Formats: sequence, structure tokens, C-alpha cells
Amino acid sequence: MSENVYIIGAGIHPFGRTEGRSGREQGVYAVREALKDAGLDWPDIEYAYGGSAAAGSADIMVNELGLTSLPFTNVANGCATGGSALASAQMAVASGMYDLALAVGFDKHPRGAFNARPSTYGLPEWYGQTGMMLTTQFFALKIQRYMQLHGISRKALGRVAEKAFRNGTVTPHAWRRSPVDLDTIMNAPMINDPLTKYMFCSPSEGGVALILASEKKMRELGANGVRIAKIAVKTRPPDSFEVFQAGVSIREGGKPTVLASQAAFEGAGVSPQDIDVAQLQDTESGAEIMHMAENGFCKDGEQEEWLDQGWSEIGGKLPINTDGGCLACGEPIGASGLRQIYENTQQLRGRAGERQVPGSPKLGYSHVYGAPGLSAVAILER
Amino acid sequence: MTTLTPIDPDLWSDGPEPHLMGGKLPSGEIVFPMPQGDAASDVEPYKLARKGRLWSWTSQGFLPKEPYEGPGNGDGEGPQDFVPFLLGYVELPGEVIVESRIVGATLEQLKLGMPMEFCVVPFNQQYSTFAFQPERAA
Repeated sequence: MSENVYIIGAGIHPFGRTEGRSGREQGVYAVREALKDAGLDWPDIEYAYGGSAAAGSADIMVNELGLTSLPFTNVANGCATGGSALASAQMAVASGMYDLALAVGFDKHPRGAFNARPSTYGLPEWYGQTGMMLTTQFFALKIQRYMQLHGISRKALGRVAEKAFRNGTVTPHAWRRSPVDLDTIMNAPMINDPLTKYMFCSPSEGGVALILASEKKMRELGANGVRIAKIAVKTRPPDSFEVFQAGVSIREGGKPTVLASQAAFEGAGVSPQDIDVAQLQDTESGAEIMHMAENGFCKDGEQEEWLDQGWSEIGGKLPINTDGGCLACGEPIGASGLRQIYENTQQLRGRAGERQVPGSPKLGYSHVYGAPGLSAVAILER
Repeated sequence: MTTLTPIDPDLWSDGPEPHLMGGKLPSGEIVFPMPQGDAASDVEPYKLARKGRLWSWTSQGFLPKEPYEGPGNGDGEGPQDFVPFLLGYVELPGEVIVESRIVGATLEQLKLGMPMEFCVVPFNQQYSTFAFQPERAA
């Protein structure tokens, strides 16, 4: 498996709320955008992987896209649905069996926090009945401890959200397109201390499609592609602390993000200092802060200075979540991880418009985290 | 609260000084909660310590959706009936870190590492549940 694989087409359906358009229809829209971007037609696609968490099967898309008899594999892997579709499409092309493959993710969630069922996660019923099975609580509990141990201030949490909404104002596919000032963020209703309403992303809707090609095919088409340097997907190691965990080991274990990050850097043969633009899972403000360290971009506690100095702003030394991330785009589970890849693909091709990272970025890094403790990291290279 | 039923009959032990029930794996590791079904086959029920230290905490400021059965989600109840609550993780020394409701303290009083002890508290009209509260000064 040494074949280089390139992303030659990227399409997105704007995130947010689109009344009257199903999640799958948003996925179809994204596929058509990606085809247009790559200069291809649907019958050119040889293999497709796709899925959603709450908006149905992806393979039914052929009704709208065309009955070309291509193999279409449904992916159902929770928060990693998009990432798994991408990894599968990459393997299909890297294996040499196919020259053009599609990865698509879409979703449409009802308003309000996700409500998970204990049995789905192998947990006893009392965990849900007593109100402890909320993803928002996990993130609050994780950042609360992290703030105590590493001296992160509440203001730093506010700054992450402020940056996200600012970046959202210059991102056509973002949901939240208006700036929100620091005071408003800090003084908003408390959801789970220390996180206020504006520090959390909301479940939303959207679709993303990516077209992958072999090097030979890309040259043949004269397409404008970015190379997938490495994708690493890791589930949780022993003694880790993850979402939906009624009991945590007293031994401090590893973290899936750290494992995925290290594997991705090693596989791509680059280091954190080489990365020009990064998209990190920001389910809430604290997640972006902790993930900066878990992905190797700074040491624990240094985030305070990073945010104070604006180092993660567009134009800073490492722009993070240039499209406003989950905070400004919301989180349609099946599409969220692929949005990060879409954003890096646009940034590396110099097509990010008003939010373009200056200096022709060469290496883009993306990281998605989800229940029940898994991380996927992708490094793209121009 | 004598009329209240434990939310899960196996979650804590009976008696005047109840203990949260965990499990002891063949390796000696202590886990919480006690595994269920086939996963429980080699696991001995284990009475967890009643005292520990606060590992992290947060507040629950909005009414959780179902399967939450607390005030606000009962028959004829709505968000106006919701009672915000505190929760956190308590490290039981040498055993395991357990997630629990926190009672008997305000958010501002909670500090990393403060001594906590186990208690059983009313949950809704029907059930009691477990919680940890700041350890009373001896």
C-alpha cells in the first residue's frame, strides 16, 4: 500500500439548519459540488463510502446521483463516520484496485444536546436515568480538572469561542456568521461549569464530499489535488478518560488523540512545527485547548499564552479552526470530520477566500474526537 | 425517604453504612460500575471505599433529555420543574475514580482534592440515588 492518494474534489453543503432539505439531500448536494470541483461526472466514480449518524443510509443517494451500479458501502461509525469513510476510500485507491473513489458524510440532528442511550454504550440504565450520560458534562469535567492542574483561565475558554465566531464571519459554509464579543460569551448562561452557552457547539446539519484519486488518474485529469500524507485512526488505550465513563482508572492512561497524532506525524514524516494550518476537534472551547497539547502543538498550560498572543488566529504562527470549527459550524456528526478535511483542502489549494491562511500553507492537520473514545488525525500535503 | 427505592438494586450495599458496589477483576484492578452479563463472570463484587477526594466537578444547568428521569421529566412536569445539580468524579484511594452526583455543597465551595464521602439521596418521587458530599469535619 504505497500508492499516493490525492483529494481532487471537495464539496460542502453549508452547515446549520436547512428546512425542507433532508440530511441525505445535503449529502447529494455536496457530492455534486465535489464532482464539479474535480471536473468529473457521477459515472466516473468507481467506489463510494459514506454515512450519517442520524440521517439514514448513504447508498440510497444513487437514486438522485444516478444508477451507475457502483459499489457503495455504508459507514456507521459514530463520530468517526466521516473519517472512516475517508480512510476506507483512501485504502481503496491506495490498494490500486480503484482510481477514483468518493467519501461522503452528512447529517441532520434535532435541536438540543445529543441524548444517548446507556444500552448503546454498554452502560447500566441508572447512568442515563440519573442524568450523568451527557457528552457536555464529560467535556466540562475534563477541562475543569485540566484548568486546575495547568493554570488555564476562564478567559482563555472565552477567547477560543470568540475566535471561532470571528472566523465564522468569513466562512460561507459556517452556521454562525456573526461575531460574539468576549463579554457576551463569558456572561452567557452556564451550561456545565466552566462552560457557557457560547462555548459549546450545537448539533446541526450539513454534508461534505471528497473525491480521491490515484496519482496516475490525477495527472491524467490535470486535476488540482492535495496528497493525503497520512490518516491515523485510534480507539482508546487502557486506563484512559473518555466520554461516558462512570468509572475511571486511578492509573493515568494514554489518550486516543495522542496515539493518533503520533502515528500520523510518524507516518507523514513531519513534526508539529511543520504544520501550517490545523483543524482540531472543538466540541467546546476547552476541547480545542486540550487538543492543542494532545496533538503536540504546545505543552500543557502554554495555551494561555497562545490565546493571549493570538498565535492560533488566521495569520498567527499556527492558525487553528480557520472556518470557525464546530463552534461556528455546529456538529452534524457524519459530516463534521470531513468538514475539517474540506477546510484544509481549500486552504492548501489557496481557495479559502477571506479566511485564507497567508503564505501558501503546505501542510494541513485535522483531528476529530468522539464517543466512546476515538480519534482520527489526517495530514494533508500540498 | 424510606419509601424510595434504590434506582438500581445492585448499585450500593444495604445497611446503615452503605457502600457503592464496584468489581474486582482477576488482575486485582477495581472497576466501577460492576460489569454486567458475561463481562461479570470473573469479577468479584467489591465494596468501594466510602471516602475519597474530589477529582473534578461540573454543574448541570439544563434539563437533560430522556432517559433522564429526574425532576422536570416526570409525568406532567416540564423544564420549569428541573432542579440544577452538581456532579463530579471522586477518587477512591487505591481503588477507582467514580462519577457521582455531588450534594451538600455549592459550586463555589468545590476544590480539587477536597475530602468527600458517600451518601444516598432522594432522586425523584420513586427512587433514591447515590451521591458524594464534602466530608464533615470530625
